[in-house]
Amino acid sequence: MKTKRPVNLDIGSIKLPITSYVSILHRVSGVVLFFAVSILLYVFDASLESEQSFQSLKDCLSSPLAQFFIWGALAALAYHVVAGIRHLIMDLGIGEDNFQSGQRSAWVVVVIAIVIIASISGWILLW
Amino acid sequence: MVKSVTSLSSSGLSNWMLQRVSALIMTAYLVFMIGYFVVNPSPSYDQWSNLHSSLGMRIFSLLTILSIAAHAWVGIWCVLTDYITVRLIGLKATPIRMFLQLTMIAVILFYVVWAIDILWGI
Repeated sequence: MKTKRPVNLDIGSIKLPITSYVSILHRVSGVVLFFAVSILLYVFDASLESEQSFQSLKDCLSSPLAQFFIWGALAALAYHVVAGIRHLIMDLGIGEDNFQSGQRSAWVVVVIAIVIIASISGWILLW
Repeated sequence: MVKSVTSLSSSGLSNWMLQRVSALIMTAYLVFMIGYFVVNPSPSYDQWSNLHSSLGMRIFSLLTILSIAAHAWVGIWCVLTDYITVRLIGLKATPIRMFLQLTMIAVILFYVVWAIDILWGI
């Protein structure tokens, strides 16, 4: 096989549909979550290690920087789960029959994710 | 058929299934946790550690971290094999991808051991 075949697909020059953005964001949020697991395990560890570490975790989580990291992890998780549920529904054969229904469900993912992430933001700000 | 030594299972169909089953387990855990914090938004240390020291909860948490491990392995593997390719970044892609895949596997194993250490250290 020739390894230097010309490739006639310049992604940057193509106008992508909403389904592409929902898909790439699902990947990006997945990669973010791979790293965020370390934050979540750290919090889980501190919450269960001892009564003292539980209290100092509470103090730590009142700092804006810690809240930002928790917000990032939860926002990525919220988006990833919502987009993932769309995949599972499509696996059941629902809404994958034509491009229009795929576009519609992609928009539904965007709207639901925005609502959930806004709620998470509000919850963390009021905390 | 080309097989990859760094893929979680040797079949794409098994990876596909693992990705879905692990997703369902993690979603169940997430729903449980949201429910717990809705009912009890600010648990005391005793309430929280009692919950997590019960056998049922330890098994549920263990299943969830194993799901995270499988799900991340399959997912990150897909991302790396899609983007760190010879076509996109040249011949150095293969050693870079191998390095990243092995690092990813090491991080996942570290997460699993860490989680087991937390769960059985309560």
